[in-house]
Amino acid sequence: MARPQNPSVFQRVEAMPIITVFVLLLVLFMYLSPEVFLRPYQYTTFLSMLPPIVLIAVGLTFIIGAGEIDLCFPAIIGFSGFVFAFIFQAGPQALVAELGLSAESWWASPGAAELIRWTALPAALLAGIVIGFINGVLVAKIGIPSFIATLGTQFFWYGMATVLSGGRSYALRGAEESSVWAVLVGRPFASSSIDWVTQIPIQAFWTLIIVVVMWFILNRHRFGEHALFIGDSNAVARVVGIDVDREKIKLFTLMGFLAAIAAVFLTLENKNYFGNQGQGYLLICIASVLIGGTSIFGGRATIIGTVFGAFIIAMVEPGLVAAGLTGAWVNTARGLIFLIAIVFYLYVDEPQRRSAFFTRLVGNRAFGR
Amino acid sequence: MPESALKPAAGRAEFESIVRLENVQKYFGAVQALRDVNLRIGRNEIVGLIGDNGAGKSTLIKVMTGVMPPSSGRIFVRDREIDLSDYSVRMAHDLSIETVYQDRSLADKQPLWRNFFVGRQITNRFGFINIKEEKRIADQILKGAIGFRSSGITVDSTVANLSGGERQGIAIGRAMHYDADLIILDEPTVALAVAEVRKVLDFVRRIKESGRACIYIEHNLAHVHEVADRLVILDRGHVVSEIKPKDMSVIELTEYLISIQHKT
Ligand SMILES: Nc1ncnc2c1ncn2[C@@H]1O[C@H](COP(=O)(O)OP(=O)(O)OP(=O)(O)O)[C@@H](O)[C@H]1O
Ligand SMILES: [Mg+2]
Repeated sequence: MARPQNPSVFQRVEAMPIITVFVLLLVLFMYLSPEVFLRPYQYTTFLSMLPPIVLIAVGLTFIIGAGEIDLCFPAIIGFSGFVFAFIFQAGPQALVAELGLSAESWWASPGAAELIRWTALPAALLAGIVIGFINGVLVAKIGIPSFIATLGTQFFWYGMATVLSGGRSYALRGAEESSVWAVLVGRPFASSSIDWVTQIPIQAFWTLIIVVVMWFILNRHRFGEHALFIGDSNAVARVVGIDVDREKIKLFTLMGFLAAIAAVFLTLENKNYFGNQGQGYLLICIASVLIGGTSIFGGRATIIGTVFGAFIIAMVEPGLVAAGLTGAWVNTARGLIFLIAIVFYLYVDEPQRRSAFFTRLVGNRAFGR
Repeated sequence: MPESALKPAAGRAEFESIVRLENVQKYFGAVQALRDVNLRIGRNEIVGLIGDNGAGKSTLIKVMTGVMPPSSGRIFVRDREIDLSDYSVRMAHDLSIETVYQDRSLADKQPLWRNFFVGRQITNRFGFINIKEEKRIADQILKGAIGFRSSGITVDSTVANLSGGERQGIAIGRAMHYDADLIILDEPTVALAVAEVRKVLDFVRRIKESGRACIYIEHNLAHVHEVADRLVILDRGHVVSEIKPKDMSVIELTEYLISIQHKT
């Protein structure tokens, strides 16, 4: 049996094909529109815009690597975003009014208001965790295919957010005066003398830390290994002693948690909550994961690929617009990149699938596995 | 039960049978896959499990190894009753019971070293895997127990690139490494060439020589007849008879099995 003795660079370095594509695209855009891509402002914009997308895509990398899908995360951006915005904006006054406290009580002081604003963070995260946990139970214990289960919960939680918010949006006016804003989405180098440095957003650092931790969990932790074995084959995973149901519940819970962090970053960065926030993220996030090289059949997943996938998806818009095309072309281009990537991975990385495909094409059903 | 001189006795408590099933039933909805199964596996015997497709052989060993619980009945391991509410594959592993399935033992897209250790990884107390150590031991198993010295297979090879015989070798080597007292083989020779089948049969004999027990599921009667001490025949979920290979030739056995299937 012939097998390659020395794996090429493409196989040895994680996500090498997509990193190459990223560099080529970047060089192309730099050549076509140097006034945008050779100046730092486009990149600081990426750093404030990408964290929610990257966080969700990283969670999806685990889910898709485990052979499942989650369509509920846009609704977590909606619902957790609502929970956060409501407590952050209305919480301080509501508490004082609700309990009938006097204006002199400590609870009416600015310090107490700040404390209440901070509780918005754990509340929003808890909401995401609970939603994710419920998704996991529906998939693992009740046995609903994840595509259907999470489609249903997406409807439900968007509906819930609309009911509870009464369809209102919340503008978080004056949010940047709160320490919550400074810590989560502030500009830590605002006092720098270099203009673009002042614009570096702190959520980019938080996101980087989370991504690194998630990389270690996927590649070095028992949990990540279990996710990939489950994605490879549920039957094998059971036989080697993995508690498949429990790990799936954990996977969806993790997804809910990461989507909730994304919701907080997005809501605070925009200083606004609106009813259908997150809806534009569904395709972008799934595309980031699959362009990055995580297998649509499960069993193989790459966090680094996902991050570069997200960058490529994000780069398309300023790239095309700066090159003189209208914004209408953006999604067409994204769709094209997405499809090319899927076909590429199918043919390069999955030789068994490839031969199965040709077998089907030829119509010889007895051959192939 | 003859005493085995080869048994590495140190640290192993005395017991009469490694596994015993009492009145085990298994339903899949309305389908009854196992009916009133009573079965005893001694500590150093090779038991051949034979029967038609769908007779319930695979189901029987899944129930025995904690993959799925029986609908009712009792399971004893080393003469001690198992609490079925928390019996699991992991617990079966802890009780030194290992299974090699024809096609479900290895994950295709994962490297060999992960396949060796998944389910019982070497980790620190936070659950992070000691990759170096796992690869080192996997390499030893590969070169030692399995003998893949020169074939270009390394611990980083993915399973998808291996031949059927190589896969069985890996799965069997893994079972040996974990020093099982009972090794269960579910049709390990399916789709293997003659030379590879020989290797598997030699391995089955080695299980016996090292003082362990083995349950060997096989459709090829000549193969089981050759190595088994006792043959258990399963028909539509029922244990219909037990036969000593020395009392019946392969041809008589074949005719006997056909006669069972024609009964209703
Ligand atoms: N997970 C399951 N769900 C429903 N029915 C099942 C399941 N597993 C097995 N069965 C049924 O139980 C019966 C016994 O199946 P089993 O796989 O144990 O047979 P077997 O003796 O191993 O057959 P083979 O020789 O073909 O491997 C069959 O009727 C099968 O359809
Ligand atoms: Mg079977």
